[in-house]
Amino acid sequence: MKNKILIMLAMVLLLSVVATGCGGNEETINVYNWGDYIDPEVLDLFEEEYGVRVVYDTYATNEDLYVKMKQGGSSYDVVIPSDYMIERMIREDLLMEINMDNISMFEKIDDRFLNLDYDPDNSYSVPYMWGTVGIIYNTTMVDRPLTSWGDLWDEEFEGEIIMLNSQRDTLAVALKKLGYSMNTRDIGELEEARDELISQKPIVYAYLGDEVKDVIVGGEAAIAVVWSGDAMAMMDENPDLEYVIPSEGTNLWFDAMVIPANAQNPEAAEQFIDFMTRPEIAAMNADYIGYSSPVPEAVEMLDEEIQNSPVAYPSEEMLENTEVFKDPQDIISEYDRIWTEITSAQ
Amino acid sequence: MKLNRIGYPYLIWLGIFILIPLLLVTYFAFTTGDSQNFSTFSFSIENFEKFISPIYLGVLYRSVKLAFISTLICLVLGYPIALIISKEKPKIRNIMVLMLVIPMWMNFLLRTYAWLTLLGKNGILTKVLSFIGLEGVSLLYNDTAVLLGMVYNFLPFMVLPIFSVLTKMDNNLVEAAEDLGANRAEVFWKVIFPLSLPGVITGITMVFIPAVSTFVISGLLGGNKSTLIGNLIEQQFRYTGDWHFGSTMSIILMVFILASMALTSKFDKEKEGGGGGLW
Repeated sequence: MKNKILIMLAMVLLLSVVATGCGGNEETINVYNWGDYIDPEVLDLFEEEYGVRVVYDTYATNEDLYVKMKQGGSSYDVVIPSDYMIERMIREDLLMEINMDNISMFEKIDDRFLNLDYDPDNSYSVPYMWGTVGIIYNTTMVDRPLTSWGDLWDEEFEGEIIMLNSQRDTLAVALKKLGYSMNTRDIGELEEARDELISQKPIVYAYLGDEVKDVIVGGEAAIAVVWSGDAMAMMDENPDLEYVIPSEGTNLWFDAMVIPANAQNPEAAEQFIDFMTRPEIAAMNADYIGYSSPVPEAVEMLDEEIQNSPVAYPSEEMLENTEVFKDPQDIISEYDRIWTEITSAQ
Repeated sequence: MKLNRIGYPYLIWLGIFILIPLLLVTYFAFTTGDSQNFSTFSFSIENFEKFISPIYLGVLYRSVKLAFISTLICLVLGYPIALIISKEKPKIRNIMVLMLVIPMWMNFLLRTYAWLTLLGKNGILTKVLSFIGLEGVSLLYNDTAVLLGMVYNFLPFMVLPIFSVLTKMDNNLVEAAEDLGANRAEVFWKVIFPLSLPGVITGITMVFIPAVSTFVISGLLGGNKSTLIGNLIEQQFRYTGDWHFGSTMSIILMVFILASMALTSKFDKEKEGGGGGLW
């Protein structure tokens, strides 16, 4: 009796291996994106329309993505890094040029998102989303309006502050608080920022990634440093939340779709990029994730409320005091060292 | 020692999945250069020198300390559990062991994640605490939460080996001690406990090693705030891409684990079972 069950179990196991083993003839495309950064329905629509199966995978930070791409062993067809990481990947020949003639929807993208410093001729990347970094806080838990990065060092908020578990973003907060550029190449300034962050550690509740959304929406903590799109999604769920761009200035960022140099299926990758740029798809996606689309026609399809939101679509003057991250190039190891020292400090 | 023919596949397995990786880690630890390009490697102990700094030594100290405390708590909690279970009739005993093991059928990550909702500021435990007057106690994202996660996850690894030794123990020895006039405490400390030492040693090793190298528990329940050596190694491999420094730290951690194993096996004077052969 017992043997029979065992044999059956073994057969089921064997069958499942065989089952996953076949079906290899279908065309596939490997997409690697940030966690919580796409409307899953969009992927289904793409699969239906093009008959290409999407293998979807996620990462938590640009650095995570970079190491995974650089150290090989994995092959992706479309990845969606941020500005400074794209700059680094182009410099290190990790990307393939995209034939923009195949991206029929390319013209739909607003000019102000094209030919930016990280990809001056716009030959490697197609903008996906953009936004800012700011402070989100719960107005029922914080009794005064927060306006600056310096507020994050206020001991009154001990145990209520959540910082991003991301190297560049968190360093940028401290650098801006000190009045330095977030692209500083001065090791002294970076070390000052490090000391500032270490001195802040005792009052920080946690350093989180995507989990921050649940924590803030649920009122588990009052204040967090977040990306604007996540702020939109959180404010949608909890009306007590407020998002501010601190007075010291902040980071303006762009995430764009690129094709890695070792992509297996570049044609399908271009189809995918074209599909994602299509206004109705971009609108659907932006509506779902809360981030800001670089496609004006897509923005027009969103709710009036979102279109007029200063969080998702800030005015030109709100963006005056912003900086875009640049690749630190030769001093990357210094950034890494300083970040390790911050995370290791007690 | 002559190997049975059946032994060879295991030998190959051992070579490919344990020996070669170990040699590679050692090689990376003693070299520097671009992790991707073997031709740029050059021999150096630079990474060891880098590690000998207050920051990294502090991380190592904290990891060892937390692992030590959690092992101690597991032992204090686990031994009585093992003793109670081993005293039961076989039928009840099996059910109790099953109860102990069932939570482990769930994914480790999921179980640890569940604690987030229990310990959070609006979590059940915090609510209960504030109900009995302990308000404003922060349970999540600190070393205590990390310790709790370690004890919770690794306790069965302490209980099972001790239990297995206790059930195999010859009850005649206990009866003989009682016949010779030993009271219950003496029977325990002079007969039962010394005889169960091999199980205790195995339990300590099986809790200490995963506890000292964990990075998931400290990341999730510690809120990435207090980095442990495991997190530091993960960071080098996953975000920084400095495989050399990561390997250096892995080697240092391995030396620590080996040293602690040597230390614990010293207590096991009889070398009964040598800490192995318990399962």
